[in-house]
Amino acid sequence: MSFFPLLAHHFLPEVVLFVGLLALILVGAWRGDRAFALVTELAVGVLGLAIIAIVFSTRPEESLFEGAYMDDAFSRFLKVVALVSSLGTLLLSVDFLRRARLDRFEFPILVLLATLGMLLLISADNLIALYLGLELMSLALYVLAAFARDDGRASEAGLKYFVLGALSSGMLLYGASLLYGFAGTVSFSGIGAALTGSAPLGVIFGLVFVLAGLAFKMSAAPFHMWTPDVYEGAPTPVTAFFASAAKIAAVAVAARILVTAFPGIAGSWKQIVVALAIISTVLGAFAAIGQQNIKRLMAYSSIGHMGFVLIGLAAGTPGGVKGVAIYLVMYAAMTLGAFAAILNMRVDGKPVENISDLAGLSRRDGTMAFFLAMLMFSLTGIPPLGGFFAKYFVLLPAVEAGLAWLAVIGVLASAVSAYYYLRVIKIMYFDEPAPAFDPAPLTQSGVLALSTIFLLGFWLYPAPLMEAAGAAAQSLF
Amino acid sequence: MLGFGLLSGVTFLPLVGAAFILTQRGEDEATLRNIRWAAFATTLATFALSLVAWQRFDAASPEFQLVEEHAWFGAGLVYKMGVDGFSIPFVLLTTFLTPIAIYASFESVTKRVAAYMVAFLVLETLMIGVFCALDLVLFYLFFEGGLIPMFLIIGIWGGKRRVYASFKFFLYTLAGSLLMLVAILAMYRQTGTTDITVLLKSHFAPQLQTWLWLAFFASFAVKMPMWPVHTWQPDAHVEAPTAGSVILAAILLKMGGYGFIRFSLPMFPDASALFAPLVYALSVIAIIYTSLVALVQEDIKKLIAYSSVAHMGFVTMGLFTLTPQGVQGAMFVMISHGLVSGALFLCVGVIYDRMHTREIAAYGGLVNRMPLYAFVLMVFTLANVGLPGTSGFVGEFLALVGTFKANDWVALFATSGVILSAAYALYLYRRVIFGALEKASLKDIADLTPREIAIFAPLVLLTIYYGVHPQPVIDASASSVAHLISTHSALLDAARLASAH
Repeated sequence: MSFFPLLAHHFLPEVVLFVGLLALILVGAWRGDRAFALVTELAVGVLGLAIIAIVFSTRPEESLFEGAYMDDAFSRFLKVVALVSSLGTLLLSVDFLRRARLDRFEFPILVLLATLGMLLLISADNLIALYLGLELMSLALYVLAAFARDDGRASEAGLKYFVLGALSSGMLLYGASLLYGFAGTVSFSGIGAALTGSAPLGVIFGLVFVLAGLAFKMSAAPFHMWTPDVYEGAPTPVTAFFASAAKIAAVAVAARILVTAFPGIAGSWKQIVVALAIISTVLGAFAAIGQQNIKRLMAYSSIGHMGFVLIGLAAGTPGGVKGVAIYLVMYAAMTLGAFAAILNMRVDGKPVENISDLAGLSRRDGTMAFFLAMLMFSLTGIPPLGGFFAKYFVLLPAVEAGLAWLAVIGVLASAVSAYYYLRVIKIMYFDEPAPAFDPAPLTQSGVLALSTIFLLGFWLYPAPLMEAAGAAAQSLF
Repeated sequence: MLGFGLLSGVTFLPLVGAAFILTQRGEDEATLRNIRWAAFATTLATFALSLVAWQRFDAASPEFQLVEEHAWFGAGLVYKMGVDGFSIPFVLLTTFLTPIAIYASFESVTKRVAAYMVAFLVLETLMIGVFCALDLVLFYLFFEGGLIPMFLIIGIWGGKRRVYASFKFFLYTLAGSLLMLVAILAMYRQTGTTDITVLLKSHFAPQLQTWLWLAFFASFAVKMPMWPVHTWQPDAHVEAPTAGSVILAAILLKMGGYGFIRFSLPMFPDASALFAPLVYALSVIAIIYTSLVALVQEDIKKLIAYSSVAHMGFVTMGLFTLTPQGVQGAMFVMISHGLVSGALFLCVGVIYDRMHTREIAAYGGLVNRMPLYAFVLMVFTLANVGLPGTSGFVGEFLALVGTFKANDWVALFATSGVILSAAYALYLYRRVIFGALEKASLKDIADLTPREIAIFAPLVLLTIYYGVHPQPVIDASASSVAHLISTHSALLDAARLASAH
């Protein structure tokens, strides 16, 4: 295929994002920090265009750049989820950054850059593209974590994330080099073809290192150590970005590499994924119980949710991948909604982060309390909210694949986690009111309302999403 | 109507009322009155619609009727509703008691009225859905979804220890039902469907049945509640507002019994036979132990709550005898207990609204000031004891007859529970109603208001009517009971033949 049709077709979302990015840098360089609002608005527009470019495309599945890049239903589905999460992050960031005097035009540009990295990562079909996408995303994220450079906690978070992130990238790279050495190719499908029967020990080593690197990005225990500190220290919109879009990309590439590169040694990688799933769900459930800071609570909660995603992945079937895709959609909605609510927590102009600051919210702001309560029930996995269907569709394939015992561990962990989600509701509904929050900007309330309504109403018309997720999963196999 | 049928109408009609209430803003008296009457009218309309469903229901057939089906999520979760002789009585019980519960909270609930009514209407939808669902996962959706409104009802409008009680209620029930979810998935893996009508005809390997039975048991035993996982129940009942206790005792507890009849007994016959001694033992312990515990309670609501656990012991015992009398009796106990325990909690509500205490010691000699109340409480106390002529008698008698057929010793112990129930119920009645009116605070306590009379009248009538004329309730489920037992024994015989070869 010649170059230009390729740009105009299969690579269009990335091109849109990249061209938009360059143009926005020019706008920023020309107008300085006064351009913050304009650049953010344009960045939202660029993301919107990229989403449209994916949703309304009628292209067939196609492998690009000598097999380095895959444009299939799976990548399209998860790209849309990642792009929507980035868009939500940008909407959530405007008011926060302005009040924190962080309204510099680099912020939306860095978000776009990280998003571009995510798109590359989601479509990556060989080890080189995987590493390029991962690093493009990570480098932008390191800067974002430390974006509030005068704030000690944020600098600490940025440094921690950078040092540990660099370590994990190194491990991934090491694993990739082992895989290349034993398989003689970097392409996922090539590795898959080379590895049949019993794998040499070096391949297992490589697999473990690659998985460890990816588990770090999705903060699956025991590679989760950075998560609570970075979540707490980074500016809240950045935390929302880490929790939603970044994890989606990491899970996507993990699913792709496991399914396409290692189908021959499924028994080996399933052991690892199962172990990660168990540790993550259990740790996420127990470690969150003692948290007082709501951002740290969300950090442990996200670790637990990644454990559930890995339960779906451990099934290793099209149904399992479909469950993962649905889980990521629900997870993104719950995370964005929860962080919108956290951003709404602001007393006398200052952000507050303790769970006790929510006390009696139902009597101060009934609507916000209702939305946040529904998000908490959804995170617990109570039907008929979206969070239940997310759990249902990863547990179902896991049981079908003979992992009923893993499902039992997962549901017991989720019963434990119900305690701390309920505690948030209890504080909002049963306790005496604390000082009232400042009026929230429309963007934040809008994100909160939209994500909650999506989760509340998903059961009314689930067919489009279910079909899209099913097609996405099928395209990997 | 998008192809949705009568049962969907009955199930989702309360949501329409809830949506209307959500549009009401303001805290003034006129708005509150609108909200209350809107909620009441909605539940009455739901009751009327459920009567239509009952009228169209053919009790002579054991088949599922009024069935409707939509694809929804595809395999693994379809929208399928329908009723048979086991479910229609519970649907009617729900739609009958909810308006009463709502009418009873007109005056006792004054804060956050709109939210309260919405929670109750949503809860009604979910309760009806539990009894109508013909898809296992759909059943689970309704079953588990009910936790949300009930958690809020206990936690927001409850008594002093409401937070503790609501957490205990939620976490106990959730832990139990999540195991059931995994069992549901395992059944889907075996059969490729979650359609209850198909699953009722499937046969699972005995080994698998054991695990599935235990997982379902974890959920239903908590919900029932059976000893020793009953401890959430007295707390929840005591702390919940009056109407919440009514719904908890009258309907939510019945979901456990319904679950045993609908799933455990017909789908896992071998495991049910295997575990029947366990159930007998737990039931007998529940009957005797919780009756003794009830005897020493200082709190009226707690006493009634423990007596509920004892009555549910009769239900589980009767069900697992798998004799026609036992199962029929268990069904009857559940319906009767729904009416009687609901009414008893309403009775407590009456004096609690006046005196704001549930301590038995704070009362005494009420008959002097409240003769009507004394009469009403007498009827329900005697029905709770199981006096012939009240609905309480029929069910317990049948359950005991069934148990005598199955196991003499179990029946012998269970019968002693009847005596104990007479002891605690009458002792309570004596301490609250009889004696001299000595306490100064009770001097000017008023008798039942016309509104309260209107609440109790239908309950008193039904309790006595079903006591002397139990046939309507028995007829409704008779063919389903016969069908259950004949298929069950056929399956067991087949299993026995298979193992003999």
